[in-house]
Amino acid sequence: MLVVLKSLYRSRASAFGTSIVLLFALLALIAPWVAPYEVNQQILEDARQAPSSRHIFGTDHLGRDVFSRVLLGAAQVLILAGSGTFLAVVSGTSLGLLTGYRGGWLDDFFMRLFDSLLAIPALLLALLFLGMAGPSRQSVLLVIVIVYTPIVARVVRSVVLSIKTKSFIDAARLQGETTARILFREILPSAIPALAVEASLRFSYAIFLISSLGFLGLGVQPPNPDWGLMVKEARAFVSQAPWAMYYPAAAIATIVIGVNLMADGLRKALQVSSDLHG
Amino acid sequence: MEPLLQVDQLTVGYQSTLGIYEVVRNVTFEIAPGQIFGVVGESGSGKSTLALAIMRYLPVGGLIRNGTINFEGRDLSQIDLEEMRRIWGADLGLVPQDPLSALNPSIRVGEQIAEVLRRHRGMQDAEASALSMAWMEKVRLHEPGRVAHSYPHQLSGGMQQRVMIAMALCTEPKLLMLDEPTTNLDATTQATILDLLCELMEVHHTAAMYITHNLGVVAQICSELAVLYAGEIVERGPTQQLFHDPLHPYTRGLLDSVPRLGRTKRQVRVQAIQGRIPSVEALPTGCIFRQRCPLAIEICEEPPPLFMNTGRRESRCHRWEEIASGELDASQGASPIRPFKIPPPDEQPTLLVENLRVQFERSQNLIDRIRHRAGGSIKAVNHVGFDIHPGETLGLVGESGSGKTTTARAILGLIRPEEGKIHLQGQQVALKLAERTLDIRRLAQMVFQNLNEAFNPYMTIGEALSRPLIRLVGLPPDQVRQEVYRLLESVQLPAHYAERFPGSLSGGERQRVAIARAFASSPALLLADEAVSALDVSVQAAILNLLGELQAESGSATLFISHDLAAVGYIADRVAVIYLGQLMELARSEDLFQPPYHPYTEALLSAIPLVDPDAEKEHIRLSGDIPALTEVQAGCPFESRCPRRIGEICRDVPPPWQEGDRGMKIFCHIPIAELETQQARVFQFSDKGAPEA
Repeated sequence: MLVVLKSLYRSRASAFGTSIVLLFALLALIAPWVAPYEVNQQILEDARQAPSSRHIFGTDHLGRDVFSRVLLGAAQVLILAGSGTFLAVVSGTSLGLLTGYRGGWLDDFFMRLFDSLLAIPALLLALLFLGMAGPSRQSVLLVIVIVYTPIVARVVRSVVLSIKTKSFIDAARLQGETTARILFREILPSAIPALAVEASLRFSYAIFLISSLGFLGLGVQPPNPDWGLMVKEARAFVSQAPWAMYYPAAAIATIVIGVNLMADGLRKALQVSSDLHG
Repeated sequence: MEPLLQVDQLTVGYQSTLGIYEVVRNVTFEIAPGQIFGVVGESGSGKSTLALAIMRYLPVGGLIRNGTINFEGRDLSQIDLEEMRRIWGADLGLVPQDPLSALNPSIRVGEQIAEVLRRHRGMQDAEASALSMAWMEKVRLHEPGRVAHSYPHQLSGGMQQRVMIAMALCTEPKLLMLDEPTTNLDATTQATILDLLCELMEVHHTAAMYITHNLGVVAQICSELAVLYAGEIVERGPTQQLFHDPLHPYTRGLLDSVPRLGRTKRQVRVQAIQGRIPSVEALPTGCIFRQRCPLAIEICEEPPPLFMNTGRRESRCHRWEEIASGELDASQGASPIRPFKIPPPDEQPTLLVENLRVQFERSQNLIDRIRHRAGGSIKAVNHVGFDIHPGETLGLVGESGSGKTTTARAILGLIRPEEGKIHLQGQQVALKLAERTLDIRRLAQMVFQNLNEAFNPYMTIGEALSRPLIRLVGLPPDQVRQEVYRLLESVQLPAHYAERFPGSLSGGERQRVAIARAFASSPALLLADEAVSALDVSVQAAILNLLGELQAESGSATLFISHDLAAVGYIADRVAVIYLGQLMELARSEDLFQPPYHPYTEALLSAIPLVDPDAEKEHIRLSGDIPALTEVQAGCPFESRCPRRIGEICRDVPPPWQEGDRGMKIFCHIPIAELETQQARVFQFSDKGAPEA
């Protein structure tokens, strides 16, 4: 772990990205103690204030402190995107391992199912589902899992297909290893590098998806300090209080760029370490 | 005569982040016009770097540090690359190891040859095409018109190499660089390519530097050779003298480590060279071979100069005079391997395979579907049957695509045969692996062909070795570690290797661990698939001996699969020869190398380059390439290339299995008695010690 972190800091771009991600994670952690105001604390006389020493990011049309809301929203989005990605990785990995190793009709069935899911744009699929299930945090979480499971499964499956023909898998079969052990102990480690890169990319897209849904009003509901939702709410008052829209939008852009740069560095770092393993 | 190429004190280095590593040091030699000069070395000896440096073809980071390369009065190390471009192709040709990556995949091969002629000979289109066609005939490509219009991937490996030879020779260069040009080819194809090369070079008076690790090839075609070790020439001289009395312990070691065709482990034991080639980062001081040399003494800590004797012999050994006079013998002279026992013929065999047939279905592609054509099937293994007794080694030898590995995988249940019966210790076992119990899986284990894929790169050696102990032997957890150490010791590896990852092991070490893993469950049957093919000769010998010894100790039966007839003949008690999925001959290994042979065995034996420059040999060459498995007809699969074909019967009627003396069986229409009168001994070594008939 420490080795990976070290190699992430070897290139300037990935060091920058990793620092952004770590900074956001840190801010999300300490937000409850450092945020100067409550999330939904309305100071009506301060409404639509430009950034000042009292409100460094200014206030929105309801007099809420934008800085506090961006800060407190970080934890919201990171947790939702993180847990969604995690669940998608777990289910995608299991399905990818199983279908890739078994092959045959099982593989055909899941791959065609995934093809049809992937044929629909992610946002459209999300809208469709949220339209049926109704907008809520749980629904958003489920949407992330449904949209990203096929993608993760495909990545894992392609690794499985290249590994399962190798002699060490034959050796394991001759030694009477169980299928579960072959999947998780013999094959999975080879998929970890690709999986780590894919997971971090999915994480950045999940942040994007959550924000998009919030912006469209189908994701997390008000008065939650979701960044997308904040952009949507501030949009109506953009001529009077543009800062209420700019800062959450900038937060989204920054973390997405940060995660992407980190993923790039991760790919290079893991490439090197898997070369070392032969 | 003025030499054509004169390399003097050449030192080549590679720039790395840690400094410059000199991988070729102070190399001096010369090549006369028309001479074929051999450079022999194991992997890591710097032989390819040497060739690239002479051609000024070094990759980025490579640089000539010192020395001169005199080629026709010009020093190639000094001239600029623009001028070099005029020399490449015109005066200096190259035939690389892998023709497929050297040919442009998107240009027809005829055009690729013509391009060389236009570029270097200034020919017009029509003239170049005509000459290109003429050269295709010269390299004996059948139907040159059709081949000229083919793309490289449509040609077989042998044909691609013929195209490369035509391309290199068509400008009539004075010097050819041959970088392992036949290493990737089958023995029968290699023989025809070598014949062709020698013949064309003689006609056009072309000189060549032939780089290889194969001592047999240099013995056959080179007049003079240099032995390269860890970047230095340790010995140089005329081929015959060098083979008969080498003046450097390394050369002696190399010669002692190759199994000779027709000599079994009971007659003579191959000698491995201790240790491994030093890496460029940690070169020893003094003599470069000191750490592995059986003759090393105090003076060897001084770097030895290149000693030269009266003949054109050079040796970089302080003790060469003692070696030359016969006072010192660098070969260690260990005793041959004692076989476990000669199995009584009525005993129950460990493995009995009957009528094994494996077929691969080629699924329909889109065009097949449109035309309502069924997908084809490939008969990979055809009615193969044999038995192996306890303590016996059966060699299975054949060229690539002959179905050797498929047979082994079918026996283990890793692929499902179409039909057949497999008995292990008298008990018929399921053909599907999933239906075999752990007790049955324990009986048969395998050493896999591909060294790089044999181990999970993310698992330590210790864990890899512990798995069969836990799963198959059922050892209690507290005894596993002890047993892993014992296994490592049995293959002569230190216990701390248990903590290492396979990526940090050398090829030979990895193969030792693979053998330890296969023996972990004390199997009754061991299948070794090309267990030594990927290894350097000096390491090969150690692995062959290890296999022989472990088997003699445990008494397990072994199926030893290889394309290398000499290695098979050395380790095996009986040999089965397979061609296109069909067994051709089964014989005791002492009998395989003398008539009567199956005509295919005869051709195979004749194709193998012997490690003896004076050996006498029958010249039998096969025409054409190995046919595709889909084209095999009802009769004998060898019919299309057989030099002893007797008529239509060979194509239309499957030959009978004829039984000869001492369990010998051949699959041929020609009666054994008749073969015996027609066939001579294919090869005869020049020195004494050849096996008695």
